[in-house]
Amino acid sequence: MVPNDRKYTRDHEWVMVEGSIAKMGITAHAAEALGDIVYVELPAVGDETTAGESYCVVESVKASSSVFSAVTGTVVEVNEELDGAPEMLNEDAFGNFIAAVEFTEINEAELMDAEEYEKFCEEEA
Amino acid sequence: MRSEYKLIFERSHEGRRAYDLPKCDAPDAMNEIPECFRAESELALPELGEVDLVRHFTNLSRRNFGVDNGFYPLGSCTMKYNPKINEELAPMFDDVHPLLEPEMAQGCLALMADMEHMLCEICGMDAFTLQPAAGAHGELTGLMHIRAYHEHRGDFERKVMIVPDAAHGTNPASAAMAGFKVKEIKSAPDGGVDLDALRAAVGPDTAGLMLTNPSTLGLFERNIKEIAKIVHEAGGLLYYDGANLNAIMGIVRPGDMGFDVMHINLHKTFSTPHGGGGPGSGPVGVKSHLIPFMPVPRIEQKDDMLVLNYDKPDSIGKIKSFYGNFGVIAKAYCYIRSLGGEGLKEASENAVLNANYVMNKLRGIYDIPHDRTCMHECVVTPTEEMMKNEIHTSDIAKALIDRGYHPPTIYFPLIVHEAMMIEPTETESRETLDEFVEAMRGIAEQVKTDAAAIHAAPVTTPVGRPDEVTAARKPIVKYEEE
Repeated sequence: MVPNDRKYTRDHEWVMVEGSIAKMGITAHAAEALGDIVYVELPAVGDETTAGESYCVVESVKASSSVFSAVTGTVVEVNEELDGAPEMLNEDAFGNFIAAVEFTEINEAELMDAEEYEKFCEEEA
Repeated sequence: MRSEYKLIFERSHEGRRAYDLPKCDAPDAMNEIPECFRAESELALPELGEVDLVRHFTNLSRRNFGVDNGFYPLGSCTMKYNPKINEELAPMFDDVHPLLEPEMAQGCLALMADMEHMLCEICGMDAFTLQPAAGAHGELTGLMHIRAYHEHRGDFERKVMIVPDAAHGTNPASAAMAGFKVKEIKSAPDGGVDLDALRAAVGPDTAGLMLTNPSTLGLFERNIKEIAKIVHEAGGLLYYDGANLNAIMGIVRPGDMGFDVMHINLHKTFSTPHGGGGPGSGPVGVKSHLIPFMPVPRIEQKDDMLVLNYDKPDSIGKIKSFYGNFGVIAKAYCYIRSLGGEGLKEASENAVLNANYVMNKLRGIYDIPHDRTCMHECVVTPTEEMMKNEIHTSDIAKALIDRGYHPPTIYFPLIVHEAMMIEPTETESRETLDEFVEAMRGIAEQVKTDAAAIHAAPVTTPVGRPDEVTAARKPIVKYEEE
């Protein structure tokens, strides 16, 4: 269910670290709670992100929600495909990243592994 | 049952007209228009005779739903009844030209000055401006005061506006518009401000905190004094979003709670029309330390005359043409004068009573996530059993339409999953509330016996369930022939 090749935030985002690059997206749990996603306001390459602060807005038929960054750094790649096909996040939230950030700071202690995140979701419900 | 209703384009027949103009007697006029600006084809406008045109729009207008033809419990919007006396009296000012010399418009200026004083008394503030055109414009104006205040002190580091995650969506938008960086803080489990989160968030970069009290959950913020202390000690100012003022008139005042600046929605609390019947009006009130920054002109007494004073060097400037939406201000003035101090207090008391009545009647039928005495609105959610039957808040809202109600606000506040936010307002009778509760009970019963019928609702409207997802992802915003 929840892939264990990455870490998770308490705001239902995932982050996958490879060297100095962190790929980030939202979890399947978040996508389901939002409902049908109709628009993703992507950051631009070169944007600065701050850990714990919003870097992207996801809009569903119910509401628009901020997506928070797990790291502090600079955006080096965005998933442009989401611009024309926001439904990709509903279909496969773990398979579609939002942005990749070259980071200078990551607060590992705040992040959960897959098992901890699953437990966190259960507790929240 | 459902009836087909044609679009105006589908009623079009080539050559039909609702007008008859003489032939153009300026044959060279076309040559005066540069070629690049000339239309290359005819505009695709519908062609109808006058009677068909009139019937089309008259019949459409009869499908309108408003407080004058039904219960409209839209949470956080205060869709209260608009007394007809306001509509009778306010037009007495219609013939006054906004560019009239002040000495010839003393009546209008007196009404506005009086209105400013009354709002000060209701809210516990020191001065009001009536200029902002509506709520969000009021927020922007108020935040510009906060910015001007800090910059005037030579403090340019205060760039962060703190906004709780339960806030109205306009709050962070207005803060960003006013040039602030928005810092969102999580709410406590009871829906109020998390004091520890607030303490952790404030610092030398804090410009202020935006807050609604009662909160967007319809609950009174009990820690407001402590919140004000934390923000003020950090050097920030407190902004009051007046959207929920209808709960507290004559009981408690934002100024006394510690707020420095606020806006009011005259079109909510003070009974002027909105939602297509507007425009709105969003007066901004400030404490004395913010008065120098207020928009010009200020209405002032000079000898035995009221004058417009533009000479305010620290003012944030003019923020609206002329003096705001004067007609709306005049209607709200009628409302305050009709009710008086005791009447306004009674309005708030009854608004709170009605919301608690509905909440208590719905207990056991729906879930109440924050079950304590509410203010002027209550938040309920579908039961776990309904959710298991795939009945969501949106389904209940659609089913209410078939029962003759405008649905309450749904999916707000965002911090409550599947929220339904019900604000009955003070003017509704007990019978109306009982009928609404019965409709809600009827829907809950039908979920058990015939959930498919709820999923199919509404069936009494010309359009059932539009495909909201495709409409948002691939919007078609003009008529296209199939």
